[in-house]
Amino acid sequence: MTKNEANGIWVFAEQKNGVLDKTPLELISKAVELKQTTGEEVTAVLVGQGVAALADTLIAYGADKVIVAEHENLKSYSGRPYQKVVAEIAAKYKPSIFIFPATAQGRDLAPRVMCSLGTGLTADAVDLGFDDEGAFVQTTPAFGGSLLAHIAIPELRPQMATVRAHVFDALEPDFSRKGEVVAETVEVEADRDYEVLSTQEKVKNGVAIHEAEVLVAGGRGIKKEEDLDQLRELAGLIGGELACSRPLVDDGWLDHSLQIGQSGTTVKPKFILNVGISGSVQYMVGMEKSQTVATINTYGGAELFDISQYGIVADYAGVVPAIIEEIKARKKS
Amino acid sequence: MKILVFVKQVPDTTDVKLDPKTGNLKREGVVSMLNPLDANGVEAALQLKEKYGATVVAVSMGPPQAEDVLKKALAMGCDEAVLLSDRAFGGADTLATGYVLSKAAEKIGDYDLLIFGRHASDGETAQTGPVTAAFLGVPQITLATSLDIQDGWAVCTRDTEDSTETVRAKLPALVTVCAEINTPRYASGAGIIKALRKPRTTWNHEDLGADPAKCGIPGSPSVTKRLFEPKREKIDTVIFSGEKEEIAKQFVDMLEAQHLI
Amino acid sequence: MLIKFNDEQAMIRDTVREFTKNEVEPRDYYMDQNDAFDRELYAKFNELGLGGVLVPEEYGGMGSDYVTSTIIVHELAKGSASFALAVEISHVAAEMITNWGTEEQKKTYLPRVANGDLFAFGLTEASAGSDAAGIRSVAVKNADGSWTLNGGKSWITNSGEADVYLILAKTDPAAGAKGISAFIIPKETPGLVIAKHEKKMGMRGSSTCALSFDDIHLPADALLGPEGIGFKIAMSVLDGGRISCAAIATALSQHAMDIAKKYANERVTFGKPIAKHQGVMFKFGDMSALISAMELMTYEAAFQKASGQRCTLIAAQAKLFAAINCTQICLECLQVLGGNGYSQDFHVERLVRDAKLLEIGEGTNEVLRMVIGGTVLASN
Repeated sequence: MTKNEANGIWVFAEQKNGVLDKTPLELISKAVELKQTTGEEVTAVLVGQGVAALADTLIAYGADKVIVAEHENLKSYSGRPYQKVVAEIAAKYKPSIFIFPATAQGRDLAPRVMCSLGTGLTADAVDLGFDDEGAFVQTTPAFGGSLLAHIAIPELRPQMATVRAHVFDALEPDFSRKGEVVAETVEVEADRDYEVLSTQEKVKNGVAIHEAEVLVAGGRGIKKEEDLDQLRELAGLIGGELACSRPLVDDGWLDHSLQIGQSGTTVKPKFILNVGISGSVQYMVGMEKSQTVATINTYGGAELFDISQYGIVADYAGVVPAIIEEIKARKKS
Repeated sequence: MKILVFVKQVPDTTDVKLDPKTGNLKREGVVSMLNPLDANGVEAALQLKEKYGATVVAVSMGPPQAEDVLKKALAMGCDEAVLLSDRAFGGADTLATGYVLSKAAEKIGDYDLLIFGRHASDGETAQTGPVTAAFLGVPQITLATSLDIQDGWAVCTRDTEDSTETVRAKLPALVTVCAEINTPRYASGAGIIKALRKPRTTWNHEDLGADPAKCGIPGSPSVTKRLFEPKREKIDTVIFSGEKEEIAKQFVDMLEAQHLI
Repeated sequence: MLIKFNDEQAMIRDTVREFTKNEVEPRDYYMDQNDAFDRELYAKFNELGLGGVLVPEEYGGMGSDYVTSTIIVHELAKGSASFALAVEISHVAAEMITNWGTEEQKKTYLPRVANGDLFAFGLTEASAGSDAAGIRSVAVKNADGSWTLNGGKSWITNSGEADVYLILAKTDPAAGAKGISAFIIPKETPGLVIAKHEKKMGMRGSSTCALSFDDIHLPADALLGPEGIGFKIAMSVLDGGRISCAAIATALSQHAMDIAKKYANERVTFGKPIAKHQGVMFKFGDMSALISAMELMTYEAAFQKASGQRCTLIAAQAKLFAAINCTQICLECLQVLGGNGYSQDFHVERLVRDAKLLEIGEGTNEVLRMVIGGTVLASN
């Protein structure tokens, strides 16, 4: 579709088993901000079965309108049925902007919808906005975060993007807010060629790193796997969680869910201590919004010091145990 | 069984720099390589070949020098290689790329499985696989951390934010693989010698019967307006120094001031 | 670059480069710290099937030439000079057995080279190095044609780890250099004793021990080549060994410069990276020019050897030039890192220690100067 006929800012309201993901709420917050420039309505698109009740939540978080498409063949996510339904609704209402959470589901679905609509899709945007000429511009990292790109979709609509989780803050919900709910009648066949055989919820040890307020992160400078116990202990003493940069995941020492950075998770804790991490761009883009940053590194020129309020230039192997002892001593007294 | 594995030549990401004057990527001295996740894709295909027997065809779209990554795929053990190279393919976004790749898959024909790396290390869109699947109308399994074939279905575990799923998709299907799925083999000496004797084909848009309006820049709705290096303001850092006990004292004072203990 | 590799060579360079970056370089520090050859790494390397680069195809090798084997050593040494040194010996072994072995010996040992069995080559003794005629190990021929070997060797690379030893011993003590023969000795042979493990300054990732031969009984077919030409065999592989050493020196210099380069671009003094200070910049100008020259000389020598020309002069020149400059470059790189350069954590001090061996092994600087000077002065 062309730009003259398109109107409206859409957010795909990802849900799983009737539970709304947090990311669409963050995206709605951003959509509300975009609305201040274009004046276009913010619409959430809710697809599933037995999910209509979630519409109120979406409205409370800022959506002006919710389009609900329910069908028994949409009960659990599957690429092709979702593609058909979402693309049909978009073709009917012609939104100008359509953003998806950059989650497993959003990244699976959005490219297929893009293909049906024959438009453009920016991947993993970290910011959305308008440039001096009023063009809608999506900011997205490239080359492991060492570069940022501004992507635009000048002629065709909708202008689609998947947007990273934990980048924007959701608005405070206002459950007295009123909005329009449109129930869309859809016909869709079940996908007989795709089947989820089993789902195993991930066991969460402690708080997920993107939700933690305090983090102690280790990186390439950690010499032995056993040394992670020191970091774990220190994290425990200051009420935080253990996290890491990519090399420790590559080495198989820690799970990918603990990895901060472009190819891991974006975090913005109140306090983060980086140990033996020099600060690759791909790491820094994942934690630069942290409130207070402290860094321990043998090398004083490590880039992380550039964004650290506090620093120690020394070998962690001596300093971290000393810090642990000091905390324990003070806790005793 | 016929497996198509799609590979891309990318710059070595640690080498990427912008020319401060033009704002373009500095190409001089930049080393090219096989996209690391595509190496996982090749490895996944080869493991299936070793287990069940298969013909593995490596496919790449790119300039003539992208043949290097196909040679590497052959040296790892793929049987044939197809390079999709045409000026008309240049400047493609993921829609135009998926279109060309799907045309190539159709031309090769009789495929059972299409394998992609989860994403390319340069653009990191993770879209080309799903777009190609959409063009071909086949089911897809993204983010696969394991892959097997059972009774005509591709069976994978996939890793999402909060769960590990076991899913299956009926062949022909498309799978995008994560790094966790395997450790790619190195090209061996014998593999290299054999690779240089294996068949390699190059196709342009006419060979594919592709509509030039859907290829390259004309076929790409997305435009990269600007590429830039992220700027960070350097802040003043309070450095704690002295003997380690002294450092620890100062550091813990700071933690107390932050109300962390 | 003047050097133009063919497709096969370029691909082998790329695969070894990738292997080195992922597997070898990260372990070099630990090999040095542990003062030990890394068997696990060697097994992993052998999965690449490159051990048989010089072994003819009919014996299970790749049948490639000395340019390709030089590429392998050169790339490995960018991550670990000592590991490259250990691997290089298999090229020497392949060359010796291919050129001098009986059909039976070739069938027995060349597939073992190709499959990655580790070899050691023993010439040096406490009293004999470049002066090979000073060898005191003696093999006495028994009535049945078998041999009894007594004596010992010093400074044998790969000893203690090797699966097969190629050993030079006097078989006619009165005949000087012409009374030396070469023997193939599997490690399990009774009487072969691995003696003192040398505590080396550097190159600690390759094992170096003394050997002692205690009434070793060797069958007649342990003799490699005709009796009395052991010295000739040793001389025939000398050029190849020197080219490999030149390649290692070149790569080691590159390794040091890469570390120093990264540091110079990151380390800030007086408001700018030290790379922007002219005093530092000049060092890189000189070092990179020297490394290019080393590389050109090394591959020129390898091309000459591969094409069957006599390459003794260029091989000696390449080795001398590369070894001398390698030590100096490593020291300069250490200087770029300042105090950090003196710390083991920053790797350059290890490379300095590794580098020094290259001025000593496979002919000291002084011996090479004699070889080169003598050749140049004698030519028309």
